Amino acid sequence: MRMFQFFGHGSAPIARERLKILLAHDRIECSHPDLLGVLREEILAVIGRHVSFEPDNVRIRLGRCKSTSTLAVDIEIPNGCRQPDVVSRPNRLTFDSGLDNNVSTTNQWVI
Amino acid sequence: MGQMADNKGQVLVVTSGKGGVGKTTSTAALGAALAHDGEKVVVVDFDVGLRNLDLVLGAERRVVFDLINVINGFAKLSQALIRDKRLTNLYLLPASQTRDKDALTEEGVAKVIEELRTNFDWVICDSPAGIERGATLAMRYADAAIIVTNPEVSSVRDSDRIIGMLDTTTAKAERGERIDKHLLITRYDSSRAARGEMLAIDDVLEILSCPLLGIIPESKEVMRASNVGSPVTLNNVLSAPARAYFDAARRLKGKDIPMLVPTESRGFLNTLFGRKAA
Repeated sequence: MRMFQFFGHGSAPIARERLKILLAHDRIECSHPDLLGVLREEILAVIGRHVSFEPDNVRIRLGRCKSTSTLAVDIEIPNGCRQPDVVSRPNRLTFDSGLDNNVSTTNQWVI
Repeated sequence: MGQMADNKGQVLVVTSGKGGVGKTTSTAALGAALAHDGEKVVVVDFDVGLRNLDLVLGAERRVVFDLINVINGFAKLSQALIRDKRLTNLYLLPASQTRDKDALTEEGVAKVIEELRTNFDWVICDSPAGIERGATLAMRYADAAIIVTNPEVSSVRDSDRIIGMLDTTTAKAERGERIDKHLLITRYDSSRAARGEMLAIDDVLEILSCPLLGIIPESKEVMRASNVGSPVTLNNVLSAPARAYFDAARRLKGKDIPMLVPTESRGFLNTLFGRKAA
């Protein structure tokens, strides 16, 4: 911000950039007010066909960075439940789309 | 446009989302400009509980019946309409000051708008701020919308929200038709925009992607007119905002008028010392 002012420009370019980013988010939210709720239901329906889990142990977050949005789905699965063969003893299922820092531990699936 | 082919008037809503950007000023100024040019115009105040259009038009002491009285069947439309003392073809339908916005019903508004449409060339609905019932009913039966925006972040954001609502919640949108949208930028200061201190017209247009109806310059004339209860287009016809509103009104009628920002005429000393390079 100070750079702009130092070179003699006003604050209007900052206003313009802030608005562009903000409105991109606003438009998604307003056109789909319950986006997170719908995503949650549909994602859980798909996962539920393959693994059993407690609906209370599910966290879904929409995050915002400067130029991208992120969707994180974090599902705790009880040990000993039905699991696909390819993964050895996971007890946690994590989806992460577009996050800057990939969450990945031995106890998680990261898809 | 005057009388349209089906002999029905155009219904406009003047809306913005944000308060204080100039909806009521613009409703009065455009209504008076259209009436001055020979059109038969009614301006309708939808701001139930906080009416102000009567005040800006200088008709506050002549209000007897209001929009809610007409909707309730307590008064006939002809009893509630107030004829302007300066322009014989300009009318006001005031809002109620004592009731709340819940007194407006969808069927009632539809009926009143339809009756006005058959009697006037232009029905201009002054929307309350916000996105609640009063604002949605003001835009509900409009053919076209005038979105009043200041070149400022919160106003532009709220306008974007209102544009989204115009495209989804109006009767026209529900019929699968497109509501015509016109952007009216008010309180514009071209020298500040040139210095990069204020969003430029192109910035606002790019962000909102909406056709431009007019640019109203920031001016002391606007408050001077409201102080004395006169639309700025009647109070000082030659002032910069009045000329900008007249241009906008003529564009509404389909005239092709170059988009200029009228400036105040300045005295000799002001010209020498007052103005920075724009």
